[in-house]
Amino acid sequence: MPHSTSPELSLQEDSILPDAPARPLEDGLDNTSEEESSAGTQTMDDSITDPASKANANLEDMFEDDDEDDDFSSSAPQASSEAASQDTIKPAPNTSSSDPEVMKAFYQRLFPFRYLFQWLNHSPSPTNDFGHREFAFTLRNDAYLRYQSFPTADLLRKQCIQLNPSRFEIGPVYSTNPRERKALRRATAFRPISKELVFDIDMTDYDEIRTCCTGANICSRCWTFITMAIKVIDAALRDDFGFRHILWVYSGRRGAHAWVCDRRARDMDDAKRRAVAGYLELLKGGDKSGKRVNAKRPLHPHLERSLNLLRDHFQADILCKQDPWASPEKAARLLELLPDKELNKSLQKKWDSAPLRPSSQKWADIDALAATGASGSLDTKALRDAKQDIVLEYTYPRLDAEVSKKLNHLLKSPFCVHPATGRVCVPIDTRRVEEFDPLGVPTATELLAQIDEWARTHDDGGEGEEEKKKVQDWEKTSLKPYVEFFRTFVGGLLKDEKGAVKRERQESESMEF
Amino acid sequence: MLASSRIDPKRRNNLDHRKRQFAQPQWQQQKYEYGLNFYVLPPTAEITLEEFEEWAIARLKVLSELESCTFRNRTPEETTNYMTPILQKHMPLNPSRSSTAQDERKTDHYSHFILRLAFSATEDLRRRFSRLETMLFRLRYKEEDARERKNFVDSLGATMGMSWEKVSEDEVQELGADLRAATGYAKKGEDEGWFKVDWEKVPELVESRKVLLKRGKAYVPVREQQSLVVAEFGRRLDAALELTARALPRLDEDDRLSPILAHLSQSFTAPEATYDADSSPSGLAPTHQNIDALSQHFPLCMQHLHRTLRQNSHLKHYGRLQYTLFLKGIGLSLEECIMFWRRSFKLMTDEKFTKEYKYNVRHAYGDVGGDANRRGRGYTPYSCQKLLTEALPGPGMTHGCPYRTFTVDNLVAMLQQTGVSDRETLKGVREDVARQRYHIACNRVFEYAHKSEIKEVKNKGVWGEAELDTILHPNTYFKRSFLLKHLGEEGYSGETNER
Ligand SMILES: [Zn+2]
Repeated sequence: MPHSTSPELSLQEDSILPDAPARPLEDGLDNTSEEESSAGTQTMDDSITDPASKANANLEDMFEDDDEDDDFSSSAPQASSEAASQDTIKPAPNTSSSDPEVMKAFYQRLFPFRYLFQWLNHSPSPTNDFGHREFAFTLRNDAYLRYQSFPTADLLRKQCIQLNPSRFEIGPVYSTNPRERKALRRATAFRPISKELVFDIDMTDYDEIRTCCTGANICSRCWTFITMAIKVIDAALRDDFGFRHILWVYSGRRGAHAWVCDRRARDMDDAKRRAVAGYLELLKGGDKSGKRVNAKRPLHPHLERSLNLLRDHFQADILCKQDPWASPEKAARLLELLPDKELNKSLQKKWDSAPLRPSSQKWADIDALAATGASGSLDTKALRDAKQDIVLEYTYPRLDAEVSKKLNHLLKSPFCVHPATGRVCVPIDTRRVEEFDPLGVPTATELLAQIDEWARTHDDGGEGEEEKKKVQDWEKTSLKPYVEFFRTFVGGLLKDEKGAVKRERQESESMEF
Repeated sequence: MLASSRIDPKRRNNLDHRKRQFAQPQWQQQKYEYGLNFYVLPPTAEITLEEFEEWAIARLKVLSELESCTFRNRTPEETTNYMTPILQKHMPLNPSRSSTAQDERKTDHYSHFILRLAFSATEDLRRRFSRLETMLFRLRYKEEDARERKNFVDSLGATMGMSWEKVSEDEVQELGADLRAATGYAKKGEDEGWFKVDWEKVPELVESRKVLLKRGKAYVPVREQQSLVVAEFGRRLDAALELTARALPRLDEDDRLSPILAHLSQSFTAPEATYDADSSPSGLAPTHQNIDALSQHFPLCMQHLHRTLRQNSHLKHYGRLQYTLFLKGIGLSLEECIMFWRRSFKLMTDEKFTKEYKYNVRHAYGDVGGDANRRGRGYTPYSCQKLLTEALPGPGMTHGCPYRTFTVDNLVAMLQQTGVSDRETLKGVREDVARQRYHIACNRVFEYAHKSEIKEVKNKGVWGEAELDTILHPNTYFKRSFLLKHLGEEGYSGETNER
């Protein structure tokens, strides 16, 4: 990719962050900033390997390294356990995304550090919300650096360019600067105090019911599982919990993350996080352990609403597209979930004579046979409930709830590049969640090519050079709508934060008399 | 908190300092209107050092019994049944009309704050204390007279801003179906009605989807008020403990309360229990000849010492001391005890025994030694707490608590040798030991070994729950075992006598 490593680009390395806040904000912080920056660099020296030595490593090795990609959020580094190499991973259109030079250029030119800063800082000028926030870097040699922190967006950017991590994660805001934690006399003085409430939905949790793909592969048919999950969780978080600032992000390969950014969510302790996770969790038990949904009746309004959101998906996306009970062996699973033995016998008989009857017809057979009085002892309510439970089992979100329960869990940052697919972890607009196509998400390599393409098409012989300079690189690419969406999201959050601070001030003033 | 007359004037400042930290500057009404207490205001009146310690120990006893209920996975009903007599004995709270109510409430108030001081030092202690106090509060809340409870709950609204916003009739009409789907129908006799609170106030109810949520508000059925109040109690206590912990380092170290507080917090392992040797079962006449027979009633720690002694005809120093004191505790006289050891050390000459061993036995009995030792009649038998907190035995030594000192497989093997083969019990022991609940494991074994007798005394009502509380002393173990195995026989009487 000659364009992405062209010399002009690297000249920009020390230029001011294109989307950084105005320089004056950092006045007075500059001294500490320099120290921070160099201190951070020193601690990392031993773990850095020459990126070039890794650049030629073969593709398979890289995939092995990153298979924990979507596991996002360990509190500590984890050995990748899953045998990724057994899965057939469809390479992204351009596999050189894992090229270190591509990543470096991506951090230099495209990663929206400014908005990321504002998002985490909750204010235009640097605060502890950003300064005491933990970042964790996964380097190209797989070293994992925890407890990194940065006073400003610019310093975070510099560090990213210098270390060129394959990804980085965001942890909680701590009571003191994470870099200074060892200098504290009392261990309790260093504790996490706030973090967005986060959710992780990963396709692996759907493997037992998805029929179209396996492993790391996804297609538009199984992506619907994630779409359904986003709809259900988003509705509950907004309507039930009253949260307003919920950012959904594509995890870069086969899942999605949610960041609930309302202050009320950020301040939650573990007990409250557990409460939200428990409220949203429905499926119990691992696979093959019998009926996994046994909802109480009457259905809790959250489940009733979810069922209404999911019913159409069940018909169209599960019965028709996934066809989960196509084979006789799989149809046996459906019978397991139904309560009436006599009815099951009639169904079995019917399906024995037409073993490959599609799932939508098998599903319709249940009611049809029940109506003919195939079972004398039929409890119609029990059957209806069981059918609802089945709809939920095949459509209701499967959360990795542990991620949500802990204040100190880390989660991969939005706008990171997934090392295996090269795709950017872009925000998902829930108003158009059905339209989101994970396979259409741009890769870092494509984006860099678009910058070059833009320069070519705007080469009009010196006219409007000034105007062109004002155009930031991300605006020249298909990353633009995603960055703009993020910017608007952050703007809304900041507006609310400002309002909250103001209200608090008024309240505290009125208290003093 | 202490009577100032007892305090060295130089120390007055320290105490005043303490008061300033824990008391609010306002004058406090010392009348206790309610039996239930959120313990918001620290006590300000003065009490004696004896009261300070005595009240604290009584509360500690109650809390540790509660903890043992959780260790044993008792259901709420079982816990209530088990705890009621214990509460009545150690920390009664009678209704307002009772003449003792004010004193009881004062004791409750003070003892809570004393333990708060003792248990705020480490995160672990704070968590346990908060959990147990919250359990205690829940227990009392449930048992409280309905009218007094209602008055108390209403008072919370006024004094601490726990508002109970009732969901209006209109809103109930509007949300009717959803409300009932979320919270279930009221049972017969229950009020049907809902409160509206921020959902964060009821995380447990949210987690189990037992409330309706609308834009951050939880609609809680009236019958769940208890969890609301209890959760708020726990939250406030947690916050208060944090504050106390931060204030602690400023308390003077030479303060005379510090040793008591330190001792109390130590007692949280297994509460300290003393054993009064004079009250061993009447009619029991231990001699050097019948120790072998009596040893079937010994707890594992003493059985282990006894077997080792029989096997090796010898015991190392600490084992000898632990065993001698235990034998003294079961009522073995000094003469018999000397005889016991002389006969047990079969391979030893009289001369060596007299020179090197006899003195130690006499010393333990207070027959020799300094004035203090003799006046105190020697050492007291070791409690479980003592055995559980002393240094682990070195190679070849056999003292201590086997539940703690043995590897779990060896422990189980030894239990099987002594006739404990019940799978459930052994599984329970493994779990207890893994969680370092050694005394609970021992009590579990006791209950298994005396299952039918315990059932009998309970059914016949001969022994109350308080007589069957958690054993915290090897001598209590012996005595209870002995009495249970000789039920109804002439000559054996007396209740267990831990204090
Ligand atoms: Zn697929």
